[in-house]
Amino acid sequence: MEKKILITIDGKEIAAKPGQTILECARDNGIFIPTLCHYSHTTNVGACRVCMVEVEKARSLVSSCCMPVSPGMVIHTDTKQVRDAQKMIVELLWSSGDHNCLTCEQNGQCELQNLIYWLKIEKPRFTIQPPGYALEDTNTMIQRDLNKCVLCGRCIRACNEIQVNEVLDFSMRGSHAKVGPAFDADYIDSSCVFCGECLQVCPTGAITYRQAKFAGRPWEMDKVKTTCTYCGVGCQMDLFVHEGKIVKVSGNREYGKPNEGSLCVKGRFGMDFISHPDRLKKPLIRHNKNEELKEASWDEAYKFIADKLTAVKKTCGADSIAGLASARCTNEENYLFQKFMRAAIGTNNVDHCARL
Amino acid sequence: MAGLAAAFGSGAMTNSIEELEYTDLILATGTNTTENHPIIGMKVKRAVRQQGTKLIVIDPRKIDLVKYADIWLCQKPGTDVAVLNGLMNVIIAEGLYAKQYVEERTEGFDALKTTVEKYTPQYVEKISGVPAEDLKKAARLYAKANRASVIYAMGLTQHITGTDNVKTIANLSMLCGNVGIEGGGVNPLRGQNNVQGACDMGALPNVYPAYQPVANEDTRKKFETAWKATLSPKPGLTLVEMMNAAGTGQIRALYIMGENPLISDPDLHHVEKELKKLDLLIVQDIFLTETAKLADVVLPSASFAEKDGTFTNTERRVQRIRKAIEAPGEAKPDWEIISALASQIGYPLQYSSAQQIFEEITSLTPSYAGITYRRLEKEGLQWPCPTHDHKGTKFLHKDRFSRGRGLFHAIEFIPPAELPDAEFPLILSTGRVLYHYHTGTMTRRALGPSERYPESLVEINPVDAKKFGIADGQMVKVTSRRGMVEAKAQITEKSPVGIIFMNFHFAEAAVNILTNPALDPTGKIPEYKVCAVKLQAA
Repeated sequence: MEKKILITIDGKEIAAKPGQTILECARDNGIFIPTLCHYSHTTNVGACRVCMVEVEKARSLVSSCCMPVSPGMVIHTDTKQVRDAQKMIVELLWSSGDHNCLTCEQNGQCELQNLIYWLKIEKPRFTIQPPGYALEDTNTMIQRDLNKCVLCGRCIRACNEIQVNEVLDFSMRGSHAKVGPAFDADYIDSSCVFCGECLQVCPTGAITYRQAKFAGRPWEMDKVKTTCTYCGVGCQMDLFVHEGKIVKVSGNREYGKPNEGSLCVKGRFGMDFISHPDRLKKPLIRHNKNEELKEASWDEAYKFIADKLTAVKKTCGADSIAGLASARCTNEENYLFQKFMRAAIGTNNVDHCARL
Repeated sequence: MAGLAAAFGSGAMTNSIEELEYTDLILATGTNTTENHPIIGMKVKRAVRQQGTKLIVIDPRKIDLVKYADIWLCQKPGTDVAVLNGLMNVIIAEGLYAKQYVEERTEGFDALKTTVEKYTPQYVEKISGVPAEDLKKAARLYAKANRASVIYAMGLTQHITGTDNVKTIANLSMLCGNVGIEGGGVNPLRGQNNVQGACDMGALPNVYPAYQPVANEDTRKKFETAWKATLSPKPGLTLVEMMNAAGTGQIRALYIMGENPLISDPDLHHVEKELKKLDLLIVQDIFLTETAKLADVVLPSASFAEKDGTFTNTERRVQRIRKAIEAPGEAKPDWEIISALASQIGYPLQYSSAQQIFEEITSLTPSYAGITYRRLEKEGLQWPCPTHDHKGTKFLHKDRFSRGRGLFHAIEFIPPAELPDAEFPLILSTGRVLYHYHTGTMTRRALGPSERYPESLVEINPVDAKKFGIADGQMVKVTSRRGMVEAKAQITEKSPVGIIFMNFHFAEAAVNILTNPALDPTGKIPEYKVCAVKLQAA
């Protein structure tokens, strides 16, 4: 059996796994430690210091996301010293950005907003001094407002460690530090492939889904889990529905395989075809070869087809009829289609474009 | 698919996507994974960067994965069999193959050995342009990996030798004992969301669901009983054969559900002519596609977001789709339309939900028998899943191949059907780009992808651009024996010298006007990856 490491968190004796961090161990045991920059399955960077805890005999507070457990550790997550430090950090983050929840798309699901509320901070004790960056709205998919960036670096890790697109990194120093593509380019002018992983992991409103702007608040939307309709990977995703329209698409790590919450540009930003005005809304019939297609009712369309198919079958036989099913349709529909061709028409002339 | 089925007894991806992250080596050939299967591409890149997985890329184009590869073998298009035989030549000559595995689990090794003897690295270099030393390095790297996974896609199959190519890659994988183990396998990456499912469901001319042959009498009787109908024992026509039969008058009526052959098929002028000869063309789709414009009847269907059902992904994982919104106007789910149409012609089909159809499927499809909508609620299941307590199958051919022993096929190299000459001096290869999908009916109506990739580009190597006097961004004419299209030039080293690349997403620059309809004799796949063209400034 694996050796356990005995530690104490908030008076509770816990057997931790070797190599675990204090944060992981606390979470496994139902003890809440707030975090901001932490994002599981990426490097623990300890950038934000929100996850600080007190460890007895340590020289100072330690960031629990980076500190591995060691035998006999006595940890306190809820002391005045810890809370004061957390408040200080959060107030500094708050005051150094333009965190205006009134118009922010992340309102209601912002991790900074949640932290402020959880720490019961009325207002920051420092003057709010946003850096005054211009809003990046030069593409239709991802909007960036670096005035809301807390420099947690999650987007950078998502880009480099999850998607391995290697586009984003920190640039500049100190209070001028910012995240972005090389040479401070806008996404559209960079090698960005618009997978959108960065917007999915951003804890604040710094990186948002541009087409969902003003299209519905998070709490007004229905979330429907489904499978992407594009390539053969079959990514699991959430469609966000507001007033009968799909306004946003997101990955969801809880859904697991095959994509563990990641998506590509087509899955995340390629779904507006669904509500495109070009969608066919009524059956169309061309009564004579030299005429145009005209709108018809379903009954007319069914009858038109049935009459013609019956006539062809009668004069030329069932094998003079063929059908193409579709790698785009569901299993149920493909099953039914081949059943239709084989049982209702009487031919095996059924194929689809697997070969193309 | 035919190639894998012949070698292993099953044509599906042998292993799972997740295994790519804990294998020792990945061989990617004929797959531009980061653009066509971005999430699998992501996993390959992650394996290389974070797990130390070795990567061999065999591809004529300098695709993104080349940046992550330990070895890149840049072969001339269509010389895959020669290159793969060359790898096996080195592996056998140096005694690096899995002798025990070959002896215990395979057959046909002696014939393979004899055939590949001729494919020495020097000989292969002459055919393919791959330097002999690189070939040797790649062979040793592949053979010495404990577990090696092959991924491939249409770059391997869309040749007249597509089936041969697949059999050869199966040979290589078996030679090193990589089939039937976790982290190994031969993995065809399916290009469309439900290609695997459409095949599984028997949307093929020769088989019922779960690949049960229509020509087998017992099978046919089983389906006749279940469907209460008399069924034809004669295998039907494949897609390209149907199009030709439409031309000769043998096919008079064609019912197309959710496909756009007028952009996706080879030699489009020919396809259009054939389709116009039909007495009845029915097209059921979500948009008025190029094909629908020729139809006698167009039926509006619901998109994936407007209906329930299941898709089966490339790794045999059956997953749910769920209705999120109402379909526009009078559009209906395809299954409702088919049912109503069947009833109208005197074969009543009545289903109240997709789930009810799925239940019928599982009663007739042994590999799906253990799957229910309830079980799919949380996570998909990989077939074979024969019973309700079966957990699904992560990788195939463990301990035993579906056909018993794995079969080696001794395959000789055959050059592509159409090679460059004085009049058509360049090779045209076709495929997809990251931002678009297939015939473009969906992505071209999506704002973001269209913004990032608004028009069709012809990828041309700087050397060729100079030779033909073409500047970056200039309009060019690409002409083959079958037609001409115009598109904008993109000068890039992604295309090797002598080869240009175009995508098939843009109807206004429909590359399949140019492509060669020469077919692989078994798979009936057209040779989209090689045809001869000339290039001029427009």
